[in-house]
Parts: sequence; structure tokens; C-alpha cells
Amino acid sequence: MTVPISVTVNGRAHELEVEPRMLLVHLLREELNLTGTHVGCDTSQCGACTVIVDGSSAKSCTVLAVQADGGSITTIEGLSAEGEMHPLQQAFWDEHGLQCGYCTPGMIMSGVDLLERHPDPSDDDIRRGLDGNLCRCTGYEHIINAVKSAAGGAE
Amino acid sequence: MTMQATPGQLVGQRVRRREDPRLVKGRGSYVDDMKLPGMLHLAFKRSDVAHGIIRSIDTSAAEAMPGVELVLTGAQLAEIIPPMPVATPFPAPDHHAVTPDRVRYVGEPIAVVVATDRFLAADAADVIEVDIEELPAVIDPERAANGDPAVIHEAFENNLAVPFAPAGTGVNPETLEVEDESALNEAFENADVVVSQRMFSQRLVPNAMEPRGVIARFEPGNDELTVWSTTQNPHIARTLLAAILGMGQHQVRVIAPDVGGGFGSKINVYGEDFAAAAISRDIGRPVKWIEDRSEAFMTTIHGRDVIGYIDLAATGEGKVTAVKMRLIADIGAYEMVLTAAIPTLVAFMISGVYDIPVVRAELTEVFTNKMPTDAYRGAGRPEGIYFLERAMDMLASELGMDPADVRRVNFIQPDQFPYTTAGGMVYDSGEYERLLDQALENAGWEQMKADRDAARAEGRIVGLGMSFYTEICGFGPSAAMPTVGLWEHASVSVERDGKVRASSGASSHGQGHETTFAQMLADDLGIPMDDISIIHGDTGQVREGTGTFGSRSQVVGGTALLMASGKVKDKMRVFAAQMLETQPGDLSFSDGMIGPTGQEDTGVAFAEVAGFAYIPIPLPPDTEPGLSEEAFWEPEGFTWPFGCYITQVEIDRDTGELELQRFVGVDDCGNVINPLIVAGQIHGGIAQGVGQALTEEAVYDEGSGQLLTASFMDYQIPRARDFPRFELDHTVTPSPLNPMGVKGIGEAGTIGSTPSIVNAAVDALSGHGVEHIDMMLRPEKLWRLIQGGDA
Ligand code: FES
Ligand code: FES
Repeated sequence: MTVPISVTVNGRAHELEVEPRMLLVHLLREELNLTGTHVGCDTSQCGACTVIVDGSSAKSCTVLAVQADGGSITTIEGLSAEGEMHPLQQAFWDEHGLQCGYCTPGMIMSGVDLLERHPDPSDDDIRRGLDGNLCRCTGYEHIINAVKSAAGGAE
Repeated sequence: MTMQATPGQLVGQRVRRREDPRLVKGRGSYVDDMKLPGMLHLAFKRSDVAHGIIRSIDTSAAEAMPGVELVLTGAQLAEIIPPMPVATPFPAPDHHAVTPDRVRYVGEPIAVVVATDRFLAADAADVIEVDIEELPAVIDPERAANGDPAVIHEAFENNLAVPFAPAGTGVNPETLEVEDESALNEAFENADVVVSQRMFSQRLVPNAMEPRGVIARFEPGNDELTVWSTTQNPHIARTLLAAILGMGQHQVRVIAPDVGGGFGSKINVYGEDFAAAAISRDIGRPVKWIEDRSEAFMTTIHGRDVIGYIDLAATGEGKVTAVKMRLIADIGAYEMVLTAAIPTLVAFMISGVYDIPVVRAELTEVFTNKMPTDAYRGAGRPEGIYFLERAMDMLASELGMDPADVRRVNFIQPDQFPYTTAGGMVYDSGEYERLLDQALENAGWEQMKADRDAARAEGRIVGLGMSFYTEICGFGPSAAMPTVGLWEHASVSVERDGKVRASSGASSHGQGHETTFAQMLADDLGIPMDDISIIHGDTGQVREGTGTFGSRSQVVGGTALLMASGKVKDKMRVFAAQMLETQPGDLSFSDGMIGPTGQEDTGVAFAEVAGFAYIPIPLPPDTEPGLSEEAFWEPEGFTWPFGCYITQVEIDRDTGELELQRFVGVDDCGNVINPLIVAGQIHGGIAQGVGQALTEEAVYDEGSGQLLTASFMDYQIPRARDFPRFELDHTVTPSPLNPMGVKGIGEAGTIGSTPSIVNAAVDALSGHGVEHIDMMLRPEKLWRLIQGGDA
């Protein structure tokens, strides 16, 4: 059995037939080939799958594709135009905010949401704001620097 | 041949990483991102029992499901491939990719399903019926070592994988017999003070954020197998896959695309990899398997799990006269590629940074019904340094000495290098006291102590910790891993337009090789970094290699690249000399020009020489056209970075919660190629060490053998809010063993941070009569100690 849904992803409208049990993250990765959104766990703890749904960040492994029906989604691929970088992507690069890069798309999407809510965050705001995102490589300090510098750049 | 070791324009600079633009845009390419035409998916039926005999398996319901192409039991798979390989010299029990007869840990594969869709494969695996006759689960390693409550492998009496491996003073290094106990006995008899403590470096789950994964594609037309794998070392994977499949190495290509972290856990070639390759060959179609996180907890190698009984003898002035460590390593149910070798590294660390005349380590390795252990970040060195640095603090408190002073009086002195420990390790270089003083100054040690005392006077529970580590880096030489070899391979090709393609057998999975290697080569060749591409992670493009582990890439891989670059430059000099009508020996490389040393700008452009080398009219005598060279390089010994970490913690009296308030570190990894990348490695290492101290512990249930901590809900890897800002600094003591004077930094943070934090917690609770606390320092444990109970 499949269910028809329509979603807008990175500004493009899609009409799709999906299994009711399909997760949004699998829709993005498997059906739309947007593989920048990663899967790091099966218990909604790691945040590697974070995307923006209707304006706020969400772990796409906790959302069923059918729940996203009618919604508008931004993934890491849609954050900046081809050939350009979003200020936070640029800041992650400048500040060495990533090593293996696996947590990075989710970290950046959470960071985008964080900066919307706290345009001038303290260290503590960032540490708390990224509580739902795990990184095993960086020890977080360069990630915090990146978010801070993107905030500074946006001022 | 010449090599340039002097720091140039890019080496030593904070160069942004070249790998990042693709990764921050979500355009990386990890194994799970790939799809091949006609690809099928694997799912494994796994044991939910820790120990038992498989009586029957019924796969009929799974086979009947539409979309299921094939179901293979362990016994059926064992007809196609032999047991998996190990790379250690110790005897190992048979370990099948999928178990044919018995289960020995929860999560062990029992059968494999091949289906058209990943979720369908998982559904089908669910309906496979397995009847297992349960045996008692063997969980406690000290009981296991007496064969209690069961024996896991018949051929290994009392579950002893390695019954008794001694090392150090009085032990014959050839025969591994204890020949002379007198020095050890005398040291303890004559000691003014003896510190004795049982300690435990608990079991950990590596948890790279990208789970393991594999795609195997066998092409029946030409009998070639290509495997995309989340491996740290594609060449070792190729060698092992070829051996197990009975194929030639030339028929197997392993590609490690972007790999999402490894920390040692992706050194191994696992059962799922062998199964995928064998099945693809069997059915002639590509197959894919991606681990989920629950599987990663249960079935990717674990780390540590070593009990240490530590005895330390010293004089009243704090001079250590002997250290003895009796080590019991719980290696889990089987031996994997390096399993049995890892605990031997604990023994290698027994002297730490101290000039200790008598040492003895005695190691026993025990099978239990748990996931096998293997190399996890630090691999043996964290355990050894933890045991020693805890004991040094216990000695300091026994004698009422400052922890800095007890370390200072025992340091190996700069003029003693190269220094051979009583256990036979040769340290390359070190200047410990200078670094200690730097750390004390940066921390404001005297002020920290005064502040701690003032806080205590207010009734707060505050403690300070210190650790001083050294560690083994830059693995080789080959003698250290005789079954594999520990050199590295590199190639450097200058194309006819003057651009450079270089390759390294050291395969990056987050370390930034594409950047550091290019920085190094740009300086060496005198050309812009953008003119150089670094190729790694593909046995089809990189002729040979060993891989990335043991903090070896820059030391061994970097040097191999410099060697290959040196060979290319020698050849370019011959072409350039002919063009300039001069002698090759007088020519140097700078700013895109090759010319007389110091006046390179009067010479000929690098790109022009490259062009001439491919159309050499006339060809210089005794010279081949073209510019492509390769090199193998093996170090003559290990490198030994070192450092000191000072921490401050405060424990909440009411909740037992521990806050890490300050982390002051000074590291010395020799010369630094890219300070940004080195800082990142240190941060990440510290985070994993803090995780071991405070939040991480893999726990198996004593009765059932179930893994109780099999998700991020029950096993907490540190989050951003668990850390203060790191206050880091470094000194530079170059290694004399390689031309760049580098030492390696991948594991340092993990090794030094753990003992520092536990020392701080013990210091905090010293007023409560606490002398030692085993990790992890969970709030409940600390709260009980504050209440005056046992941990
Ligand atoms: S994949 Fe881990 S939270 Fe979604
Ligand atoms: S960069 Fe590797 S997990 Fe964050």
C-alpha cells in the first residue's frame, strides 16, 4: 500500500507515492537522492538527520514522510545556491568545524535554526542549542567557534 | 636523493581544509549514499542470546516473502568462505563471518537475507526462526579465567586466549619466560612506600557517527570484485578479502570513499564485509549492507575492558623504584584482526614518562560472551597511562607531595634520549620538565590550588587533577606487526602541464590528509597547493598502502610522500639542468621555478620542465622520459609524543553531578604541519577521553549476557555542553626519526584526559576518605561516596 503526498523540497515541488511507514529521512535520501542528510542512529539521539521543516529544525528520522505532506523542507543541499555557501557553511569551513563531516549537515541545519532564535549566541547558548546533535570527532569547540563567527558575520 | 625538511611557506600554517567545501554542502560521498544498478540489500539475523548451541534454523517464511532473493545460514555461508583472519601471532579460535553452529555474543550473525529492498530484507530476517539451546553467559573476566560458569571455545581451556604474557625486568624477551624475580622483589622489599590498587579501564563502544557499511560488486565477466567500504585501511581490507575469497589481490579493488570517522573501529574487515563479497560473487549482482546504530553497539568492535592490579614502589622522596601491573583483558568472544595484540600495548606503556629501574607487566587475555575488543582510539595506551598516572597521584597523596613534584622527580631527562625503558621500549625524544612548567604556568597551578582550598572551605566539593602522558605513535616499524607490515607507500606524478597527482596509502576518514599532504608537497616542490591533488582510499588508484591508524599517517605516510617527491625532484633537476645548461646538483625549487639555489627565479618554470620531461628532445643520457615516482617508507622506531593535562572539577553535593570546569593542556607532537588540524585532533581526542571518564560504559548483564547499553539513550557519548573551553598550548620537541620531525597527534587527547579527570574527582572527594574511583564517574556513584557509602 502506498499513500500519495506532495512536498516541496529545497524549493522544488514533488508529488510522490510512499509507503506509510517510510521516514522523511528515507524519502529524502532514497527517493529524492538528497544524500547530504545522514542517518547516525535509530533512536532519534544524534541529529545527523536534521533538516528544516516549515521553518524550524526537525530530526527527519522522527518524521514520517506522510506527516510531511503539504510541507516545505530545506536540506543541506538547499541551504545555498550552487557554487555558493551559506554563512554558516562558510564558517564551518573557516573554523575547522568538521572532521569526518558525517554530523556536519545536521549540525549546520541545527545551527541555522539556533541562529534564527539567538542571533548573537553565547558559548552556553550554542552548547545548549546543539544538545540534540552528536559529533564524535571535533570535541565541539571548533563547531562553537563556527556558529559564533557566523553570528558575528551576520551582524 | 635530497629531502627538504625545513618549514616552508605552507607547512606550519592554519590552512583551511580542502575536503570541507563538499562536506559542508552535503555533497560528500559516503558508502550509504551510493546506489548501483541491480543492487540487492543484505540484512542479518542476529543472536539475541549471549551463549548457546544452534539447534535449528527455519528460513522458509523468509524465503517465501516476495522480493527475497536468497537466505543463507552460517553453515551454508561457511561452505563458500573459510573463517575470518587475524593478524596477531596468538592462537585464535575459528571465527566465521556468520556463525554456523554456536552463538557466543548477543548480536552475532546467524543468517543473512538478500532482498530487493533494505527494509524488506530486515522484515525477512525478523521472521527467521532460530532454536538455540542456551548455555550460561560468561561475563565476568576474572571468573571466566577459571572456566566459570562455562567454557566458550573448547580448545581454549579456562577461556584463556593468552594465558600469561609477562614483560619487563627479569623476563627473557625471546622466550617470554620469567627468569629472575630478584630485582622486582628487592624493589618492593626495600621501598619506603608501596601503593597498590585494582583499577578498571572499562569497556567502551567507539561509535563513529557513520555506522559501518559495504557495497560489494563482483563482475562475472572479468572475475573482478570491487568493494566500497567504510574502512580506515583499504589495502589491508583488499589483502584480507582476497585471501578469504581465494582471489588474487589484482582481482580485488577496495574503495574507501568519504568515511565518517573510525577511531580504530574501522580497521577490521568484519563478517558482514566477507559475507557481502562472497554473496555478490555467488549471485553475480552487487549487494549492499548498512549497519544501523543498534547493530553498531552490539557488533562493531569494542575498546578497552582491562583490569589492572597496580603495585608501585617508591622512596620517601617520591622516587619510583618499581612498577608492577597484573593485567586481565576481557577480549570478548573471538579474536578479530588485532584483538589479542591491543592489550600488549598496555604493557608497553608501563614506564610512562618516568625513569623507572624495574618494571613488570603480566598479561592475561580472557574470552567472555561479549563483542570482541580491538583497537579503539589510543588502543592500549590509555589503559597503561591511566593505571600509571592514577598510581602516581596515589603516591603523591600518600607522601603528601604536590602531584607536579612527584612527577618532576621521576622524569626521564632530556639528555637520556634516545631512552630505553626497563621494558625495552625506545623513546625517540622528549623534554618533559619544560612542558610541565608550561602547563603549570598556563593553568596558574598555585592559584588553582588556593582557589580549590578556598572553595572547599565554603563546603564545595572541588578537585584538581593532573596527568602526564607519553604514547606510542607512528606505527611501524614492520617488526611491530609482523603479519601485516607497517610501512607506507606514496607516489608523486608531475603531469605534463606541471600539475601534480600524488597518492598515499594512508586513507583519510576525517583527518584531513588531502590538506596536510598537499601543504607539505607544495612547499617541497615550490608550487601552489592548488596545483596538487591528493589521491587516497582506493586500491585501484593507490598502488600499495597500509592505512590510517595508530597516529601514523603524517609520520609514516607523510615521509613516504616526501621520499617520492624527492625522487621526482631529482629527475626534474636532470631535465632542468639540460634546459639551463648547468649541473643538476645546483638546482632548487621555489615559487614555481627551478634554478640555481637562492636564484631560482633566474631558472626555468616548473611547468616548462614538466612539459619537457614528456617531450624530451633530446632525451638526457641515462634518463627515462616522464615524471612519476613512488616510494615505500618504514620508520626505524616509534615516535613518542607527550603532554600534560590539568583539570578542575566540581561535584554537586546533592546530585553527585560532576562539572568539568577547566581543562588546561600542553601537548608536544613534534613539528606541526597544520595547527588547525592538530587542534581539532586534540579536541576530539580529549572529548573521547572525557567520555570514558564521565559518561561512557558498555555494560553486559551478568546473568543474561545482554548488552544493556545498546543505544545513545543508555550509552552517552559527550555532548557540547559537557565541556568547558579547552585551554591548550604546545611545546615542540621534534622526532629525530623522520625528516619532518613529526610525532603524531590522533590519540594523545584520549590518553591524557581520562586520568587527569579521575585524579581531579578523587582529589575532590579526598576529604570523604576516597582513594580511588573506578570509571565511569556516574553521578550516582559520586553521590554515594559523598554520603559515605561505597561506590
Ligand atoms: S538519525 Fe539520529 S537523530 Fe535522526
Ligand atoms: S565531524 Fe565527524 S562526527 Fe562530527
